[in-house]
Amino acid sequence: MATSTLNRRSFLLSAVATTGALTLGISLTGCSEDQRPLSKNTEPQTFNAFISIASDDSVTIQVPCSEMGQGVFTALPMILADELDADWEKVTAETASADKAYHYKTGWDDQATGGSYSIAGWYAALRNVGAAAREMLTDAAAETWNVPASECVTNKAVVSHPMSGRSLGYGALVAAASKRTVPENPKLKSAEDFQIIGHPKSRKDTTAKVDGSAIFGVDVKLPGMLIATVKTSPTFGGMVKNYNEGAALAMPGVRGIVPVPAGIAVVADSYWQAHKAIDALDIVFDSGSNAEQNSEKISAELHKGLSEEGLVAHEQGKAKEAIAANDSNAVTAVYEVPYLAHACMEPMACTVDVRADSCHIIAPTQAPGEVRRLAEKITGLPLEKIKVDVTFLGGGFGRRFEVDFVEQAILASKAIGRPVKLIWSREEDIAHDFYRPASVVRLSAAFDKAGDGLAFDCRLVAPSISQRALNLPDSELDGAAVEVLREIPYGFANTYVDYVRKDLGVPVGWWRSVGASQNGFIRESYIDELAHSRGEDPYQFRRRLLGEDKRHLGVLELAAEKAGWKNQLPEGHFHGIAVVMSFNSYVAEVAEISIEKNGNLKIHKITCAVDCGTVVNPSIVEAQVVSAVVYGLTAAAAGEITIKGGAVEQSNFHDYPALKLSETPDIEVHLVKSTEPPTGIGEPGLPPLAPAVANAIFAATGKRIRSLPFSKNGMTLA
Amino acid sequence: MISLRINGNKYDVDVDPETPLLWVIRDHIGFTGTKFGCGIGECGACTVHIDGEPVRSCSYQAGDAQGTAITTIEGLSPDGSHPVQKAWVAEDVPQCGYCQSGMIMATAALLDEKPHPTDADIDDSITNICRCGTYPRIRKAIHLAANTKGEA
Repeated sequence: MATSTLNRRSFLLSAVATTGALTLGISLTGCSEDQRPLSKNTEPQTFNAFISIASDDSVTIQVPCSEMGQGVFTALPMILADELDADWEKVTAETASADKAYHYKTGWDDQATGGSYSIAGWYAALRNVGAAAREMLTDAAAETWNVPASECVTNKAVVSHPMSGRSLGYGALVAAASKRTVPENPKLKSAEDFQIIGHPKSRKDTTAKVDGSAIFGVDVKLPGMLIATVKTSPTFGGMVKNYNEGAALAMPGVRGIVPVPAGIAVVADSYWQAHKAIDALDIVFDSGSNAEQNSEKISAELHKGLSEEGLVAHEQGKAKEAIAANDSNAVTAVYEVPYLAHACMEPMACTVDVRADSCHIIAPTQAPGEVRRLAEKITGLPLEKIKVDVTFLGGGFGRRFEVDFVEQAILASKAIGRPVKLIWSREEDIAHDFYRPASVVRLSAAFDKAGDGLAFDCRLVAPSISQRALNLPDSELDGAAVEVLREIPYGFANTYVDYVRKDLGVPVGWWRSVGASQNGFIRESYIDELAHSRGEDPYQFRRRLLGEDKRHLGVLELAAEKAGWKNQLPEGHFHGIAVVMSFNSYVAEVAEISIEKNGNLKIHKITCAVDCGTVVNPSIVEAQVVSAVVYGLTAAAAGEITIKGGAVEQSNFHDYPALKLSETPDIEVHLVKSTEPPTGIGEPGLPPLAPAVANAIFAATGKRIRSLPFSKNGMTLA
Repeated sequence: MISLRINGNKYDVDVDPETPLLWVIRDHIGFTGTKFGCGIGECGACTVHIDGEPVRSCSYQAGDAQGTAITTIEGLSPDGSHPVQKAWVAEDVPQCGYCQSGMIMATAALLDEKPHPTDADIDDSITNICRCGTYPRIRKAIHLAANTKGEA
């Protein structure tokens, strides 16, 4: 496992550890904490925390991760169902409530969805759960028939004994089977025997998402529920000074005014009434210490960091000395990227019912475990009295790893004494995100006479997400900040990478692909600069420097081949290429572009090659890579959060635009066949996108893009 | 009190007529398939039909919808069998799914006007935002729906 993900996760792990000992290795057949029936299906019989089986042999599988579009609601049940030999057409998925049973069994002791870890983290464990259950069902049938279990076979939720022609469905066996001892090492299928894993099965959530019946955070209804919205200090670190409570309370439908951190929530009968009343409050804020902060100062402070000493992220040999000794062929460049918002389609929302002796939270959250611990802290109730249900998430991208909106909803319900659904406006969502960090990076490199990489020297200056989110001490390196630049795969004999941390008063957070999102752009653009400085083809240059690195080479060569790198392109079309490993998956992308007569940038096609190990569902993997390309292109083309007066200047999709269908290029995804363990797929398609396009722009125009977005470099998407 | 005709049924709602139609549909009548995305008519997640025309209901006052026939995603078909919905299933379009009610309503209106839209027609008409980037499958599904609609 790569250090980048281990680092991020070990931080999370240590954060979790402080909240109390949460046991690892819970019995897989153990029921969940309170033994409640887990399935909403009719007449289900709970087999274990993950499986319930009804008398018609239909199987309901609890999904331990949050479905935010990435497909876990389908792919995780596929893993379990294959080993269980369930009938896929009769498998129903349900998102699991917060419960210790749904903590990852390895790597991350929490119920949380992020880090492209869902499939990687659950693959072995869910196969084991399915195989153990299948063995127990088989043994129960064999005992009933008084035959050796080895003579029995399973298929589509039925155990048969071919020699005697007898068979029993799982529904008839579940009661007896669930009482049996759980086999510790159940026999797993060989990959060639998979009937579900590896196949492009349709998503289990599609039907509900095309008829309007899927329930997202904003759609939750509870009896007696009120609806709230919030306004918090536009300036980061600001506080509420005063407000006109009477004016808001006098408005129709308004039921209460609740102070929340740095802001006010209005609770009303409907959203629109709450929204109107927020304006009537006429809140006056005390701007606090960040009131003078702006983008120009932030940029200057980041550049200033280039001359400060940082924490060493990677050191091998003597890079600085080697570059100084070869300064005739050394290339130095400085790159800069802006803050970015997540802008999930569904604004932040959360429903909470706090009572004297219980708390029920229904939230679109990536962090149900954290939500539960937060509720414990605020309400003072014991953990077992706090129930957290997870709805579908209208996008996550790392934003819903934060629990700020959950805290507001808990406070509102607690104060009002009724169930409250809190919904943010889009303006609140853009102005109060946890932003992808802005950063400035300087890189230098030199080559020896043979053309091999002699030295690579790099200094990153950026705010730290781990400092903000996990209280990482000053003396510790934020691994997420330096990923991709620390793990440079191009065989430099001497390398030095250090990191200067800057707290700039803007909250930063996990944004799809995290450090790889900006560092992928910076590294792969810079590698392109090096290739051109040596007069080498950027693809062949990478091939040469990657040496024997088979997985990097595998995707690089596949992308180049499928894109026709060596072929003649149509008149005026140009290619750019990039390759980045993130979340243990390897992705190379080739962009084909042209510059229109008016100077606009036309992106014709993105060809992607992906090695994410074993593929559970190729259709979902393809969709995730396309998704990451579109998300990455939105950011690279025009994505920028700017600061003025300590506050975000953008407010909605008109000034923080998202890519539209008309701007979306053809996107082709090619998968490397692999039997390696599955690795991440929600994020790794993103990092190579911006550099592939920027490198194509250089090929077309000779203009090197060293800052994002493209729109700031005079490039508008056609 | 205003009177609205939604999905073939009449609803009398005690609400300020200036309330956006979106919030009347969601909070007062209880159809939650129509989504709130931006509140300024930019993203299209709230798209419904008013007399067959696609309208961004977050920026349309409920009072102005009196006397019209409003259709939401729940009323597009009784059982998800509208050709556009079937095409969406066939192409497995949705990811997070939040924008898809609006996408489907925008597409259904497009196909009513242009039964066989070109890619350029699609580019011009489907201006809704999808942050998951389902656009390539949306384009495929629109063409599929156009090709199958006559057969339904």
